[in-house]
Amino acid sequence: MSEDKEILLEKVRELEKTKKLHTDPTSDNTARILNEKRRFSAPLSEAEARKKMSGKSRRGFLVGAAAALTGIFGWRWMSDETKQSLVRRTFEFNEKVAQVFYRPSRLSPEFPPERISLPPRVNGFAGLSEGFDPASWTLSVGGLANRIDDLVLTLDQIKALPRTEMTTELKCVEGWSIIVNWAGVRFSDFAAVYLPQTIDGSVPDIINHPENLVPYVSMVTPDQAYYVGWDMPSILHPQTLLAYEINGQPLPLEHGAPLRLASPTKYGIKLIKRIGRIEFSADRPKDYWAEQGYDWYSGH
Amino acid sequence: MEKQLENKHPLAIRWLHWINFPLLAMMIWSGLLIYWANAVYGFWLFGHELFHFFPPLFYETLGVAFRLAEGISLHFFFMWLFAINGIIYVLYTIFSGEWRAIVPVPRSFKRAILVTLHDMKIVKKLPPQGKYNDAQRIAYTSVILMGAGSLITGLAIYKPLQLAWLTSLMGGYEWARWLHFWLTIFFVLFFVVHVIQVILAGWSNFRSMITGYEIVDADKPGVEPAEVKA
Repeated sequence: MSEDKEILLEKVRELEKTKKLHTDPTSDNTARILNEKRRFSAPLSEAEARKKMSGKSRRGFLVGAAAALTGIFGWRWMSDETKQSLVRRTFEFNEKVAQVFYRPSRLSPEFPPERISLPPRVNGFAGLSEGFDPASWTLSVGGLANRIDDLVLTLDQIKALPRTEMTTELKCVEGWSIIVNWAGVRFSDFAAVYLPQTIDGSVPDIINHPENLVPYVSMVTPDQAYYVGWDMPSILHPQTLLAYEINGQPLPLEHGAPLRLASPTKYGIKLIKRIGRIEFSADRPKDYWAEQGYDWYSGH
Repeated sequence: MEKQLENKHPLAIRWLHWINFPLLAMMIWSGLLIYWANAVYGFWLFGHELFHFFPPLFYETLGVAFRLAEGISLHFFFMWLFAINGIIYVLYTIFSGEWRAIVPVPRSFKRAILVTLHDMKIVKKLPPQGKYNDAQRIAYTSVILMGAGSLITGLAIYKPLQLAWLTSLMGGYEWARWLHFWLTIFFVLFFVVHVIQVILAGWSNFRSMITGYEIVDADKPGVEPAEVKA
Protein backbone atom coordinates (compact mmCIF):
# COMPACT_ATOMS: atom_id res chain seq x y z
CA MET A 1 0.00 0.00 0.00
CA SER A 2 1.38 3.38 -0.94
CA GLU A 3 1.65 6.10 1.63
CA ASP A 4 -0.73 8.34 -0.31
CA LYS A 5 -3.40 5.72 -0.15
CA GLU A 6 -2.96 5.33 3.59
CA ILE A 7 -3.34 9.08 4.19
CA LEU A 8 -6.49 9.06 2.08
CA LEU A 9 -7.95 6.17 4.08
CA GLU A 10 -7.16 7.95 7.30
CA LYS A 11 -9.05 11.00 6.05
CA VAL A 12 -12.07 8.91 5.13
CA ARG A 13 -12.08 7.34 8.62
CA GLU A 14 -11.96 10.79 10.22
CA LEU A 15 -14.79 11.98 8.02
CA GLU A 16 -16.91 9.00 9.01
CA LYS A 17 -16.15 9.62 12.63
CA THR A 18 -17.38 13.23 12.50
CA LYS A 19 -20.40 12.12 10.49
CA LYS A 20 -21.20 9.56 13.15
CA LEU A 21 -20.78 12.18 15.86
CA HIS A 22 -23.36 14.36 14.16
CA THR A 23 -25.89 11.59 13.79
CA ASP A 24 -25.39 10.36 17.35
CA PRO A 25 -28.33 11.83 19.33
CA THR A 26 -26.30 12.12 22.54
CA SER A 27 -23.80 14.44 20.88
CA ASP A 28 -26.55 17.00 20.42
CA ASN A 29 -26.38 17.84 24.08
CA THR A 30 -25.18 21.13 25.54
CA ALA A 31 -24.27 19.46 28.84
CA ARG A 32 -21.97 17.03 27.03
CA ILE A 33 -20.43 19.70 24.83
CA LEU A 34 -19.58 21.78 27.90
CA ASN A 35 -18.49 18.72 29.88
CA GLU A 36 -21.00 19.29 32.66
CA LYS A 37 -20.33 17.18 35.76
CA ARG A 38 -23.06 15.83 37.97
CA ARG A 39 -22.86 14.42 41.44
CA PHE A 40 -24.80 11.22 42.13
CA SER A 41 -24.75 8.98 45.19
CA ALA A 42 -24.33 5.21 44.94
CA PRO A 43 -27.55 3.40 43.97
CA LEU A 44 -29.97 3.09 46.88
CA SER A 45 -33.25 1.37 47.44
CA GLU A 46 -36.26 3.67 47.34
CA ALA A 47 -36.71 3.38 51.14
CA GLU A 48 -33.06 4.23 51.80
CA ALA A 49 -33.20 7.18 49.43
CA ARG A 50 -36.32 8.54 51.11
CA LYS A 51 -34.78 8.13 54.55
CA LYS A 52 -31.60 9.93 53.58
CA MET A 53 -33.55 12.63 51.82
CA SER A 54 -35.84 13.33 54.77
CA GLY A 55 -32.83 13.93 57.03
CA LYS A 56 -31.37 16.41 54.56
CA SER A 57 -34.80 17.91 54.04
CA ARG A 58 -35.36 18.59 57.73
CA ARG A 59 -32.00 20.27 58.11
CA GLY A 60 -32.36 22.33 54.93
CA PHE A 61 -35.81 23.62 55.73
CA LEU A 62 -34.96 24.41 59.36
CA VAL A 63 -31.89 26.43 58.37
CA GLY A 64 -33.84 28.11 55.58
CA ALA A 65 -36.75 29.03 57.83
CA ALA A 66 -34.38 30.35 60.51
CA ALA A 67 -32.57 32.51 57.95
CA ALA A 68 -35.81 33.83 56.45
CA LEU A 69 -37.30 34.65 59.86
CA THR A 70 -34.10 36.37 60.98
CA GLY A 71 -34.18 38.48 57.85
CA ILE A 72 -37.87 39.39 58.03
CA PHE A 73 -38.09 40.02 61.76
CA GLY A 74 -34.66 41.64 61.90
CA TRP A 75 -35.86 44.23 59.36
CA ARG A 76 -39.27 44.57 61.06
CA TRP A 77 -37.87 44.95 64.56
CA MET A 78 -35.29 47.49 63.49
CA SER A 79 -36.61 50.86 64.67
CA ASP A 80 -37.21 53.65 62.16
CA GLU A 81 -34.41 55.63 63.80
CA THR A 82 -31.96 52.76 63.30
CA LYS A 83 -33.03 52.40 59.67
CA GLN A 84 -32.67 56.14 59.08
CA SER A 85 -29.24 56.20 60.63
CA LEU A 86 -28.28 53.15 58.58
CA VAL A 87 -29.28 54.73 55.27
CA ARG A 88 -27.74 58.10 56.25
CA ARG A 89 -24.47 56.39 57.08
CA THR A 90 -24.69 54.56 53.78
CA PHE A 91 -25.09 57.90 51.97
CA GLU A 92 -21.95 59.11 53.75
CA PHE A 93 -20.10 55.91 52.87
CA ASN A 94 -21.18 56.24 49.23
CA GLU A 95 -19.93 59.85 49.33
CA LYS A 96 -16.50 58.70 50.53
CA VAL A 97 -16.35 56.08 47.78
CA ALA A 98 -17.39 58.69 45.19
CA GLN A 99 -14.66 61.06 46.38
CA VAL A 100 -12.00 58.37 46.07
CA PHE A 101 -12.86 58.04 42.38
CA TYR A 102 -13.60 61.74 41.82
CA ARG A 103 -11.48 63.53 39.23
CA PRO A 104 -12.05 67.24 38.61
CA SER A 105 -10.75 66.77 35.07
CA ARG A 106 -13.74 64.64 34.09
CA LEU A 107 -16.36 66.81 32.41
CA SER A 108 -20.03 66.42 31.73
CA PRO A 109 -20.86 66.30 28.01
CA GLU A 110 -21.93 69.57 26.39
CA PHE A 111 -24.76 69.73 23.87
CA PRO A 112 -25.38 71.67 20.65
CA PRO A 113 -27.86 74.60 20.88
CA GLU A 114 -30.63 72.67 19.06
CA ARG A 115 -30.76 70.16 21.92
CA ILE A 116 -31.72 72.82 24.49
CA SER A 117 -35.05 71.96 26.16
CA LEU A 118 -37.45 74.85 25.62
CA PRO A 119 -38.99 76.23 27.71
CA PRO A 120 -36.77 75.20 30.61
CA ARG A 121 -38.80 73.32 33.21
CA VAL A 122 -39.52 75.27 36.39
CA ASN A 123 -39.39 73.30 39.63
CA GLY A 124 -39.12 74.31 43.26
CA PHE A 125 -40.06 77.64 44.81
CA ALA A 126 -38.57 77.24 48.28
CA GLY A 127 -36.53 80.33 49.16
CA LEU A 128 -38.16 82.44 46.42
CA SER A 129 -40.43 84.45 48.70
CA GLU A 130 -42.61 87.31 47.42
CA GLY A 131 -41.62 90.95 47.44
CA PHE A 132 -38.04 90.41 46.32
CA ASP A 133 -36.37 93.21 44.39
CA PRO A 134 -33.49 91.93 42.23
CA ALA A 135 -32.31 95.49 41.60
CA SER A 136 -31.38 96.01 45.23
CA TRP A 137 -29.85 92.56 45.60
CA THR A 138 -26.32 92.08 46.90
CA LEU A 139 -24.30 88.97 47.64
CA SER A 140 -22.68 88.44 51.05
CA VAL A 141 -19.57 86.30 51.17
CA GLY A 142 -18.26 84.87 54.44
CA GLY A 143 -15.39 82.62 55.42
CA LEU A 144 -12.87 84.44 53.25
CA ALA A 145 -9.15 84.36 53.88
CA ASN A 146 -7.77 87.28 55.92
CA ARG A 147 -11.23 88.61 56.69
CA ILE A 148 -13.62 88.14 59.58
CA ASP A 149 -16.69 90.05 58.39
CA ASP A 150 -18.74 89.40 55.25
CA LEU A 151 -17.75 90.91 51.95
CA VAL A 152 -20.70 92.43 50.07
CA LEU A 153 -20.72 92.22 46.27
CA THR A 154 -23.00 93.62 43.60
CA LEU A 155 -24.06 91.78 40.44
CA ASP A 156 -21.81 94.06 38.37
CA GLN A 157 -18.79 93.03 40.44
CA ILE A 158 -19.64 89.38 39.76
CA LYS A 159 -20.23 90.03 36.07
CA ALA A 160 -16.80 91.66 35.94
CA LEU A 161 -15.25 88.24 36.51
CA PRO A 162 -14.49 86.02 33.46
CA ARG A 163 -17.70 84.91 31.77
CA THR A 164 -18.25 81.19 31.04
CA GLU A 165 -21.01 79.61 28.98
CA MET A 166 -22.01 75.97 28.89
CA THR A 167 -24.86 73.83 27.56
CA THR A 168 -25.25 70.92 29.92
CA GLU A 169 -27.85 68.52 31.22
CA LEU A 170 -29.63 69.42 34.44
CA LYS A 171 -30.73 66.30 36.26
CA CYS A 172 -33.51 66.44 38.77
CA VAL A 173 -33.51 64.04 41.69
CA GLU A 174 -37.07 63.17 40.60
CA GLY A 175 -35.65 61.47 37.52
CA TRP A 176 -36.16 63.93 34.68
CA SER A 177 -33.49 65.93 32.90
CA ILE A 178 -33.35 69.00 30.67
CA ILE A 179 -30.59 70.53 28.58
CA VAL A 180 -29.91 74.13 29.48
CA ASN A 181 -27.55 76.81 28.27
CA TRP A 182 -26.06 78.72 31.17
CA ALA A 183 -23.84 81.79 31.37
CA GLY A 184 -22.10 83.05 34.45
CA VAL A 185 -18.88 82.92 36.39
CA ARG A 186 -17.09 79.69 37.15
CA PHE A 187 -17.19 79.26 40.90
CA SER A 188 -13.48 78.45 40.73
CA ASP A 189 -12.85 81.82 39.01
CA PHE A 190 -14.88 83.52 41.75
CA ALA A 191 -12.93 81.69 44.48
CA ALA A 192 -9.63 82.56 42.79
CA VAL A 193 -10.43 86.24 43.40
CA TYR A 194 -12.39 85.97 46.65
CA LEU A 195 -10.15 83.45 48.34
CA PRO A 196 -11.60 80.96 50.83
CA GLN A 197 -9.93 80.49 54.20
CA THR A 198 -7.67 77.48 54.73
CA ILE A 199 -7.80 74.84 57.45
CA ASP A 200 -4.26 75.54 58.64
CA GLY A 201 -4.09 79.28 58.09
CA SER A 202 -1.74 78.86 55.12
CA VAL A 203 -2.04 81.09 52.04
CA PRO A 204 -4.96 79.76 49.98
CA ASP A 205 -3.96 78.20 46.64
CA ILE A 206 -7.10 76.93 44.95
CA ILE A 207 -5.24 75.56 41.92
CA ASN A 208 -2.31 73.70 43.44
CA HIS A 209 -3.49 73.02 46.97
CA PRO A 210 -7.29 72.91 47.10
CA GLU A 211 -6.95 70.28 49.85
CA ASN A 212 -5.78 73.03 52.25
CA LEU A 213 -8.99 75.01 51.81
CA VAL A 214 -11.85 74.59 54.25
CA PRO A 215 -13.78 71.59 52.86
CA TYR A 216 -17.31 73.03 52.52
CA VAL A 217 -19.36 75.86 51.06
CA SER A 218 -22.74 76.91 52.38
CA MET A 219 -25.23 78.87 50.29
CA VAL A 220 -28.46 80.43 51.52
CA THR A 221 -31.30 82.39 49.90
CA PRO A 222 -31.89 86.00 51.13
CA ASP A 223 -34.97 84.82 53.10
CA GLN A 224 -32.90 81.89 54.50
CA ALA A 225 -35.71 79.52 53.56
CA TYR A 226 -33.56 77.47 51.19
CA TYR A 227 -29.99 76.43 51.85
CA VAL A 228 -27.52 74.00 50.37
CA GLY A 229 -24.15 72.59 51.37
CA TRP A 230 -21.43 71.75 48.87
CA ASP A 231 -18.12 69.94 49.13
CA MET A 232 -15.13 71.93 47.90
CA PRO A 233 -14.11 69.59 45.02
CA SER A 234 -17.59 69.78 43.42
CA ILE A 235 -17.96 73.53 43.82
CA LEU A 236 -14.50 74.08 42.25
CA HIS A 237 -15.34 71.79 39.31
CA PRO A 238 -14.85 73.73 36.05
CA GLN A 239 -18.54 73.22 35.16
CA THR A 240 -19.93 74.70 38.36
CA LEU A 241 -21.11 78.25 37.63
CA LEU A 242 -22.56 81.18 39.52
CA ALA A 243 -25.04 81.72 36.69
CA TYR A 244 -26.82 84.95 35.77
CA GLU A 245 -28.19 83.92 32.35
CA ILE A 246 -30.32 81.01 31.16
CA ASN A 247 -30.65 80.20 27.44
CA GLY A 248 -29.22 83.60 26.46
CA GLN A 249 -31.56 85.65 28.71
CA PRO A 250 -31.01 87.15 32.16
CA LEU A 251 -32.38 84.74 34.76
CA PRO A 252 -36.10 85.25 35.33
CA LEU A 253 -37.30 85.22 38.94
CA GLU A 254 -38.60 81.64 38.79
CA HIS A 255 -35.17 80.43 37.64
CA GLY A 256 -33.37 82.19 40.46
CA ALA A 257 -32.66 85.83 39.44
CA PRO A 258 -30.27 87.45 39.81
CA LEU A 259 -27.70 84.73 40.67
CA ARG A 260 -27.99 80.97 41.08
CA LEU A 261 -25.85 77.86 40.89
CA ALA A 262 -25.66 75.84 37.67
CA SER A 263 -23.71 72.61 37.52
CA PRO A 264 -23.93 69.11 36.04
CA THR A 265 -21.99 67.78 39.05
CA LYS A 266 -25.06 67.43 41.28
CA TYR A 267 -28.84 67.05 41.20
CA GLY A 268 -31.03 70.14 40.77
CA ILE A 269 -31.86 70.19 44.50
CA LYS A 270 -28.29 71.41 45.04
CA LEU A 271 -28.52 74.19 42.45
CA ILE A 272 -29.76 76.93 44.72
CA LYS A 273 -31.63 79.85 43.13
CA ARG A 274 -31.39 83.48 44.27
CA ILE A 275 -28.21 83.10 46.31
CA GLY A 276 -28.10 85.60 49.17
CA ARG A 277 -25.02 84.49 51.03
CA ILE A 278 -22.05 82.25 50.35
CA GLU A 279 -19.88 81.02 53.18
CA PHE A 280 -16.71 78.97 53.06
CA SER A 281 -16.87 76.67 56.03
CA ALA A 282 -14.90 74.08 57.94
CA ASP A 283 -18.12 72.43 59.14
CA ARG A 284 -20.52 70.51 56.98
CA PRO A 285 -23.31 73.00 56.18
CA LYS A 286 -26.97 72.17 56.67
CA ASP A 287 -28.91 71.32 53.55
CA TYR A 288 -32.63 71.78 52.88
CA TRP A 289 -33.26 68.47 51.12
CA ALA A 290 -30.75 66.46 53.15
CA GLU A 291 -32.96 67.36 56.12
CA GLN A 292 -35.86 65.73 54.22
CA GLY A 293 -33.93 62.45 53.91
CA TYR A 294 -32.13 63.05 50.60
CA ASP A 295 -28.45 62.43 49.99
CA TRP A 296 -26.41 65.41 51.25
CA TYR A 297 -23.73 64.81 48.60
CA SER A 298 -26.05 64.03 45.66
CA GLY A 299 -22.98 64.10 43.43
CA HIS A 300 -22.65 62.88 39.88
CA MET B 1 -36.46 0.80 40.90
CA GLU B 2 -33.02 1.75 42.17
CA LYS B 3 -32.68 5.35 43.24
CA GLN B 4 -29.84 7.80 43.62
CA LEU B 5 -29.51 11.05 45.47
CA GLU B 6 -28.24 13.78 43.23
CA ASN B 7 -26.33 16.64 44.85
CA LYS B 8 -28.01 19.07 42.51
CA HIS B 9 -27.34 22.54 43.92
CA PRO B 10 -24.14 23.35 45.85
CA LEU B 11 -24.56 25.10 49.20
CA ALA B 12 -23.10 28.38 47.89
CA ILE B 13 -25.50 28.50 44.93
CA ARG B 14 -28.49 27.91 47.20
CA TRP B 15 -27.53 30.64 49.67
CA LEU B 16 -26.65 33.13 46.94
CA HIS B 17 -29.88 32.35 45.09
CA TRP B 18 -32.09 32.79 48.13
CA ILE B 19 -30.26 35.88 49.41
CA ASN B 20 -30.68 37.42 45.99
CA PHE B 21 -34.46 37.06 46.22
CA PRO B 22 -35.10 39.65 49.00
CA LEU B 23 -32.28 41.85 47.70
CA LEU B 24 -33.71 42.01 44.19
CA ALA B 25 -37.16 42.53 45.71
CA MET B 26 -35.85 45.52 47.70
CA MET B 27 -34.11 46.92 44.61
CA ILE B 28 -37.33 46.68 42.61
CA TRP B 29 -39.48 48.09 45.41
CA SER B 30 -37.17 51.05 46.11
CA GLY B 31 -36.78 51.51 42.36
CA LEU B 32 -40.55 51.80 42.10
CA LEU B 33 -40.60 54.47 44.84
CA ILE B 34 -38.05 56.41 42.75
CA TYR B 35 -39.76 55.79 39.41
CA TRP B 36 -43.06 57.20 40.73
CA ALA B 37 -41.51 60.70 40.89
CA ASN B 38 -41.07 60.71 37.10
CA ALA B 39 -43.32 57.96 35.80
CA VAL B 40 -42.93 58.58 32.08
CA TYR B 41 -42.69 55.16 30.47
CA GLY B 42 -45.36 53.16 28.72
CA PHE B 43 -45.77 50.31 26.32
CA TRP B 44 -46.29 51.84 22.89
CA LEU B 45 -47.45 50.20 19.69
CA PHE B 46 -47.97 52.07 16.40
CA GLY B 47 -48.10 55.43 18.14
CA HIS B 48 -50.58 54.30 20.79
CA GLU B 49 -49.77 53.81 24.41
CA LEU B 50 -51.28 50.44 25.26
CA PHE B 51 -50.17 50.47 28.89
CA HIS B 52 -48.73 53.19 31.06
CA PHE B 53 -46.33 52.32 33.86
CA PHE B 54 -48.19 52.48 36.17
CA PRO B 55 -51.94 53.02 36.55
CA PRO B 56 -53.00 55.19 39.55
CA LEU B 57 -54.69 52.23 41.22
CA PHE B 58 -51.38 50.35 41.24
CA TYR B 59 -49.65 53.16 43.16
CA GLU B 60 -52.61 53.53 45.50
CA THR B 61 -52.76 49.84 46.33
CA LEU B 62 -49.05 49.64 47.09
CA GLY B 63 -48.80 53.04 48.78
CA VAL B 64 -45.99 54.24 46.54
CA ALA B 65 -46.70 57.97 46.35
CA PHE B 66 -44.36 60.64 47.81
CA ARG B 67 -41.67 58.25 49.02
CA LEU B 68 -38.84 59.34 46.73
CA ALA B 69 -36.29 60.09 49.47
CA GLU B 70 -36.98 56.74 51.12
CA GLY B 71 -36.70 55.00 47.74
CA ILE B 72 -33.33 56.59 46.99
CA SER B 73 -31.93 55.81 50.43
CA LEU B 74 -33.00 52.15 50.23
CA HIS B 75 -31.83 51.79 46.63
CA PHE B 76 -28.36 53.08 47.44
CA PHE B 77 -28.10 50.85 50.50
CA PHE B 78 -29.28 47.59 48.96
CA MET B 79 -27.34 48.21 45.73
CA TRP B 80 -24.17 47.21 47.56
CA LEU B 81 -25.60 43.94 48.85
CA PHE B 82 -27.25 43.14 45.51
CA ALA B 83 -24.03 43.82 43.60
CA ILE B 84 -21.77 41.96 46.01
CA ASN B 85 -24.08 38.93 46.14
CA GLY B 86 -24.28 38.88 42.34
CA ILE B 87 -20.52 39.20 41.89
CA ILE B 88 -19.87 36.37 44.36
CA TYR B 89 -22.42 34.24 42.50
CA VAL B 90 -20.75 34.82 39.15
CA LEU B 91 -17.26 34.16 40.56
CA TYR B 92 -18.50 30.99 42.24
CA THR B 93 -20.09 29.63 39.06
CA ILE B 94 -16.88 30.35 37.15
CA PHE B 95 -14.45 28.78 39.62
CA SER B 96 -16.59 25.82 40.67
CA GLY B 97 -17.34 24.82 37.09
CA GLU B 98 -21.08 25.30 37.71
CA TRP B 99 -21.13 27.52 34.63
CA ARG B 100 -21.06 24.32 32.56
CA ALA B 101 -24.58 23.61 33.77
CA ILE B 102 -25.86 27.11 33.09
CA VAL B 103 -24.44 28.67 29.93
CA PRO B 104 -25.91 27.91 26.49
CA VAL B 105 -24.07 27.08 23.28
CA PRO B 106 -25.15 28.40 19.85
CA ARG B 107 -27.25 25.31 19.19
CA SER B 108 -29.07 25.81 22.48
CA PHE B 109 -31.40 28.28 20.81
CA LYS B 110 -32.80 25.64 18.47
CA ARG B 111 -33.06 23.15 21.31
CA ALA B 112 -34.71 25.75 23.55
CA ILE B 113 -37.49 26.06 20.95
CA LEU B 114 -37.94 22.27 21.08
CA VAL B 115 -38.10 22.44 24.88
CA THR B 116 -40.71 25.18 24.67
CA LEU B 117 -42.75 23.15 22.19
CA HIS B 118 -42.47 20.19 24.55
CA ASP B 119 -43.61 22.29 27.52
CA MET B 120 -46.56 23.47 25.45
CA LYS B 121 -47.31 19.78 24.79
CA ILE B 122 -46.94 20.24 21.02
CA VAL B 123 -44.10 17.74 20.68
CA LYS B 124 -43.46 14.70 22.87
CA LYS B 125 -39.71 14.39 22.67
CA LEU B 126 -37.48 16.48 24.92
CA PRO B 127 -33.97 17.17 23.60
CA PRO B 128 -31.22 15.57 25.69
CA GLN B 129 -30.04 17.82 28.51
CA GLY B 130 -27.92 18.02 31.64
CA LYS B 131 -29.17 19.40 34.93
CA TYR B 132 -30.96 22.16 33.03
CA ASN B 133 -32.53 22.13 29.60
CA ASP B 134 -31.46 24.59 26.96
CA ALA B 135 -34.38 26.94 27.57
CA GLN B 136 -33.34 27.11 31.22
CA ARG B 137 -29.72 27.71 30.24
CA ILE B 138 -30.73 30.66 28.09
CA ALA B 139 -33.09 32.03 30.75
CA TYR B 140 -30.59 31.72 33.62
CA THR B 141 -27.70 33.13 31.65
CA SER B 142 -29.90 35.99 30.45
CA VAL B 143 -31.03 36.89 33.93
CA ILE B 144 -27.40 37.01 35.12
CA LEU B 145 -26.53 39.27 32.19
CA MET B 146 -29.59 41.39 33.04
CA GLY B 147 -28.25 41.74 36.57
CA ALA B 148 -24.96 42.98 35.13
CA GLY B 149 -26.96 45.28 32.84
CA SER B 150 -28.85 46.72 35.78
CA LEU B 151 -25.59 47.44 37.61
CA ILE B 152 -24.05 49.08 34.54
CA THR B 153 -27.08 51.17 33.58
CA GLY B 154 -27.56 52.01 37.26
CA LEU B 155 -23.98 53.29 37.50
CA ALA B 156 -24.54 55.33 34.34
CA ILE B 157 -27.52 57.05 36.00
CA TYR B 158 -25.84 57.30 39.41
CA LYS B 159 -22.58 58.93 38.24
CA PRO B 160 -23.34 60.45 34.81
CA LEU B 161 -20.44 62.89 35.08
CA GLN B 162 -17.61 60.86 36.61
CA LEU B 163 -18.69 57.91 34.42
CA ALA B 164 -19.74 60.06 31.47
CA TRP B 165 -18.14 57.58 29.03
CA LEU B 166 -20.40 54.85 30.37
CA THR B 167 -23.49 57.05 30.20
CA SER B 168 -22.64 57.96 26.60
CA LEU B 169 -22.25 54.28 25.82
CA MET B 170 -25.86 53.79 26.96
CA GLY B 171 -26.91 56.56 24.56
CA GLY B 172 -26.99 59.24 27.25
CA TYR B 173 -28.65 59.77 30.61
CA GLU B 174 -32.24 59.43 29.41
CA TRP B 175 -31.59 56.17 27.54
CA ALA B 176 -29.68 54.75 30.49
CA ARG B 177 -32.72 55.39 32.70
CA TRP B 178 -35.00 53.84 30.06
CA LEU B 179 -32.80 50.72 29.86
CA HIS B 180 -32.60 50.48 33.64
CA PHE B 181 -36.40 50.59 33.82
CA TRP B 182 -36.99 47.95 31.11
CA LEU B 183 -34.43 45.61 32.63
CA THR B 184 -36.49 45.78 35.81
CA ILE B 185 -39.69 44.94 33.91
CA PHE B 186 -37.91 41.90 32.45
CA PHE B 187 -36.75 40.86 35.93
CA VAL B 188 -40.38 40.86 37.01
CA LEU B 189 -41.39 38.85 33.93
CA PHE B 190 -38.57 36.39 34.59
CA PHE B 191 -39.76 36.05 38.16
CA VAL B 192 -43.34 35.29 37.10
CA VAL B 193 -42.27 32.62 34.57
CA HIS B 194 -39.69 31.21 37.01
CA VAL B 195 -42.28 30.75 39.77
CA ILE B 196 -44.80 29.16 37.37
CA GLN B 197 -42.15 26.74 36.08
CA VAL B 198 -41.07 25.84 39.61
CA ILE B 199 -44.67 25.10 40.54
CA LEU B 200 -45.10 22.96 37.41
CA ALA B 201 -41.82 21.12 38.02
CA GLY B 202 -43.11 19.98 41.39
CA TRP B 203 -42.12 19.63 45.00
CA SER B 204 -39.05 17.45 44.60
CA ASN B 205 -37.43 19.98 42.27
CA PHE B 206 -38.29 22.91 44.57
CA ARG B 207 -37.02 21.03 47.62
CA SER B 208 -33.67 20.49 45.91
CA MET B 209 -33.11 24.27 45.84
CA ILE B 210 -33.44 24.25 49.64
CA THR B 211 -31.79 20.97 50.61
CA GLY B 212 -29.44 20.63 47.65
CA TYR B 213 -30.53 17.08 46.90
CA GLU B 214 -33.08 15.34 44.72
CA ILE B 215 -34.02 11.67 44.45
CA VAL B 216 -33.54 10.48 40.88
CA ASP B 217 -33.78 7.12 39.10
CA ALA B 218 -30.47 5.27 39.21
CA ASP B 219 -30.47 4.09 35.61
CA LYS B 220 -29.41 7.44 34.23
CA PRO B 221 -25.75 7.50 33.36
CA GLY B 222 -23.80 10.68 34.13
CA VAL B 223 -24.99 13.64 32.18
CA GLU B 224 -27.46 11.67 30.12
CA PRO B 225 -30.81 12.70 31.37
CA ALA B 226 -34.41 11.95 30.71
CA GLU B 227 -34.95 12.01 27.01
CA VAL B 228 -38.65 11.50 27.36
CA LYS B 229 -40.16 12.62 30.58
CA ALA B 230 -43.64 11.42 29.70
